[in-house]
Amino acid sequence: MTAVAYAWQVGECLLAIALAPLFAGWVGQCRAWLQNRSAPPLWQPYRVLRKLFHKDAALATHASWLFRAAPYVVFSTMVVAAAIIPSVTTDLPLARVADAIALVGVFATGRVFISLAAMDVGTAFGSMGARREMMIGFLAEPALLMVLFCAFMTYGSTALPSVVEGALSQHAVVLHPSLFFAGVAFVMVLLAENARLPVDNPSTHLELTMIHEAMILEYSARHLALLEWASWLKLFNYACIGFALFLPWGIAVHGAGIGLLALAIGALLVKLVIAGAALALFETLSAKLRLFRAPEFLTMAFLFAVLGLLVYLLLGV
Amino acid sequence: MSALAINTPLALLLDLVAAWLLVGALGLIQPNRIGWVARTLFPLGALVALGVAGMGTLALATDFTVQSAVLPLGLPDLPFHVRLDALSGFFLLLLGSAGAGISIFAAGYFRHGEGTAPGLLCLQYHVFLASMAMVILADDAYLFMVAWETMALSSYFLVTAQHRLPEIRRAGFLYLLMAHVGALGILLCFGVLHGGSWQMTFAAMRGATLAPAWASVAFVLALFGFGAKAGLVPLHVWLPEAHPAAPSPVSAMMSGLMLKVGVYGLLRVSLDLLHVGPWWWGLLTLGLGLGTALYGAIFAAVQTDMKRLLAYSSIENIGLIFAGVGLALLCRSFDMRLLAALALAAALIHAFNHAFFKSLLFLVTGSVMHATGERSLGKLGGLIRYMPWVAALALIGSLAIAGLPPLNGFVSEWLLLQAFLQTPHIPHAFLNMIVPLGAAIVSLTAALAGYVMVKFYGVIFLGQPREPSLERAHDAGWLERIGLGWLALGCILIGVFPQVALDVVGRITQPLVGATVQRGPSPWWMTPIASNQASYSGLWLWLGLLLAIGATFVLVRRFYHGRARRTPAWDCGYPWQTPRMQDSSEGFGQPIRHLFGPVFRMERELPLPADVQPQYRVKVEERFWHALYLPLARLVQRIAERVTILQGGRLAIYLLYSFMTLLLLLVWVL
Repeated sequence: MTAVAYAWQVGECLLAIALAPLFAGWVGQCRAWLQNRSAPPLWQPYRVLRKLFHKDAALATHASWLFRAAPYVVFSTMVVAAAIIPSVTTDLPLARVADAIALVGVFATGRVFISLAAMDVGTAFGSMGARREMMIGFLAEPALLMVLFCAFMTYGSTALPSVVEGALSQHAVVLHPSLFFAGVAFVMVLLAENARLPVDNPSTHLELTMIHEAMILEYSARHLALLEWASWLKLFNYACIGFALFLPWGIAVHGAGIGLLALAIGALLVKLVIAGAALALFETLSAKLRLFRAPEFLTMAFLFAVLGLLVYLLLGV
Repeated sequence: MSALAINTPLALLLDLVAAWLLVGALGLIQPNRIGWVARTLFPLGALVALGVAGMGTLALATDFTVQSAVLPLGLPDLPFHVRLDALSGFFLLLLGSAGAGISIFAAGYFRHGEGTAPGLLCLQYHVFLASMAMVILADDAYLFMVAWETMALSSYFLVTAQHRLPEIRRAGFLYLLMAHVGALGILLCFGVLHGGSWQMTFAAMRGATLAPAWASVAFVLALFGFGAKAGLVPLHVWLPEAHPAAPSPVSAMMSGLMLKVGVYGLLRVSLDLLHVGPWWWGLLTLGLGLGTALYGAIFAAVQTDMKRLLAYSSIENIGLIFAGVGLALLCRSFDMRLLAALALAAALIHAFNHAFFKSLLFLVTGSVMHATGERSLGKLGGLIRYMPWVAALALIGSLAIAGLPPLNGFVSEWLLLQAFLQTPHIPHAFLNMIVPLGAAIVSLTAALAGYVMVKFYGVIFLGQPREPSLERAHDAGWLERIGLGWLALGCILIGVFPQVALDVVGRITQPLVGATVQRGPSPWWMTPIASNQASYSGLWLWLGLLLAIGATFVLVRRFYHGRARRTPAWDCGYPWQTPRMQDSSEGFGQPIRHLFGPVFRMERELPLPADVQPQYRVKVEERFWHALYLPLARLVQRIAERVTILQGGRLAIYLLYSFMTLLLLLVWVL
């Protein structure tokens, strides 16, 4: 049984790595359709990766070892996170290495490394991107923590497998009002943390508004490929955390057979398709906020999460 | 109380303290020979520190029984009492293990021509260490205060090592003043604690029964006194002045070790000497701690001097420690023992972690200052190329202090957050809603600490050198590297084996709050509440990350290639890059100044469009100076002016005063 569980552990991680570009491609395709553009094919991100990996890396003269190491570190933090999040099954031997709070820490490690790498070359845009990214980060973290608090209050655990099992053990489909507020807050945090509209625009290279793109401006070839892949993986991971917290139906629990596991993969794909389309719709409908409006956006997310917490504490639902 | 057997840990500790004093005194033999003072005596001091750490570890063993003794020192009726229990053992371990790293670094750091002669500095340094050890060992108020004052005075002389500079003398005076205001609070606290028995031993104080109001008075006085030493807002004002003024190893000792002695004092009084108090003690401490943490983090983010930045960061970390202590007190008053143990464990582990990473970073600033002669962030940059060793070790310290897994800073923050997660179970209608929100402040503080550390590390070590002279910067010597490496190793080890730290701390929480944090199912897992509720494994996370990094690297190289060429930076195609276009430290702090504007007292000088040489200047100050301290100082000044009427300057008048006093006393007695 443990060998099978370890196999699923590795398999789930590889699935996340493989699916993440596809998810990004799907979001891009939906965005294009919604904006009346002709859409790139679904596998465009894989083509981008292939192209980038084949190129020769151009390193800035001033770049140090930190600049070269950072893409590997950032990518690895996202891979480790993907292994921990129960996206297909909760029967993961290593899922308890980090609970949801530690997972936030793992994401923060990736963010700090990418910010440090952005400052390494010593260009104006790099450090600007770094400070903006860190600002968004410290605003998003309290909101995210309050979301996790709500989940903890409802299911009595911060370990994502336990949350999923707790939700699935309730026989009826129960909608908790507290989790509804937390869910709204989580989506807002997801948008901010993944450099999506309305906080940042993933497809912009307009100098003064970019955040994420400003940080990876100096990267090319394999390093850029790893960073792009890491950012897709981060979006994928966030989506899977969201599913585990708010839409756990379909995830295979401990001791599920191969049929249920196949079903779980199917459910994951369906959820990703819907979530990707919803994300594209939301991004199309919203306009980018000015940088110093982002704090208001994230404060609102925080307040939503606190509201969820208070709803739970006062009403007990 | 028995006579002291010779080879008990307590006796050996006293010998080691004496050895420190001896090492210090030997420095006076040839006070100006660096080869003798720095290269010989400081490594000896480090060895003694390791011994202290070893004895502290013995006191944390499971089968250790509390040892106490009466020393043949002190006043005739008031001998010194010493005692070694788990709590003092833990703080001695902290003092010794972090102190050893600092001493080794100091051995390579001190050189000629820095104010006080090296030999005298060596004496003050080791007296400082010895006095901290004695504070921790003291078992009566008398010895405690003597050691406490010795600690304050020796560190005052260390702070003012470069006493020829007026601003350093001023910083030293401020430090001394605050130290004594705090000491007054502690003295009064002990005056209340004996409960009318006039017995100054801690054993008598433990046994004394105080009226609830008097117990609260004692607690508030202790919080004030120890808070002033530890840097609790608004008593923190000396920290950002004194830390930059002191030589870097001294800053490291003050921030890494001495602040922890303040924490020790509060723990000793509030959890050991005082009985269980009302819940507002905990809430007060918790609130002050959280406020301090956030305040420190915000101010750290806008600093432009690297040592001031670290000083504010210390304030932040002390805030987190106090928040943990406050939560422990709060839970203890509701008899939630497990939760109190968890919060206390978080605070203690954070204190230990902070001793390591903050000492490491202060020492790094020392190396940077030696290599470049600069303390201002605005004149540094790009040092990762010229000081690779220091840069690599500083990276470990920066990541640790930013609270990032899998290093040690994350462990204690995670534990603190886990403790907060349990607070909705507090059986009090409002506290169970208010206290959980404290977790948001903890996480905001932790994330701000990440911001601060990206600024600290990025501006000093990354980017391009902001001054041409930086290209001559050299890496630290091997003694300094050993010291830095030792501290960095501590950061990594606690990050990998957090469960071990939790087990050790359990020996302290058991006697103080009556519970220990649960052991995990295996030694590599941290499961403070229950294994299905929350879990973290530093070791597995390390392995996972290293495996993923290795596999990614090998796969990318195997399937593709490692070709790279060097080109000028791209920067959206702008070819005329200069180092001045990078973010300065002011620039990096701009979002914080914008977001938290009302917190600061800012004076801006903006350039006019017509200026030929535009100058932008911004001065960020604390509101406490103008709202609290300066009015207070003026008040004291005014009262002093009134009192000077008594001072006629003639001897006859003073004799008259004495005579009148005697007369009045006689009348009163008869």
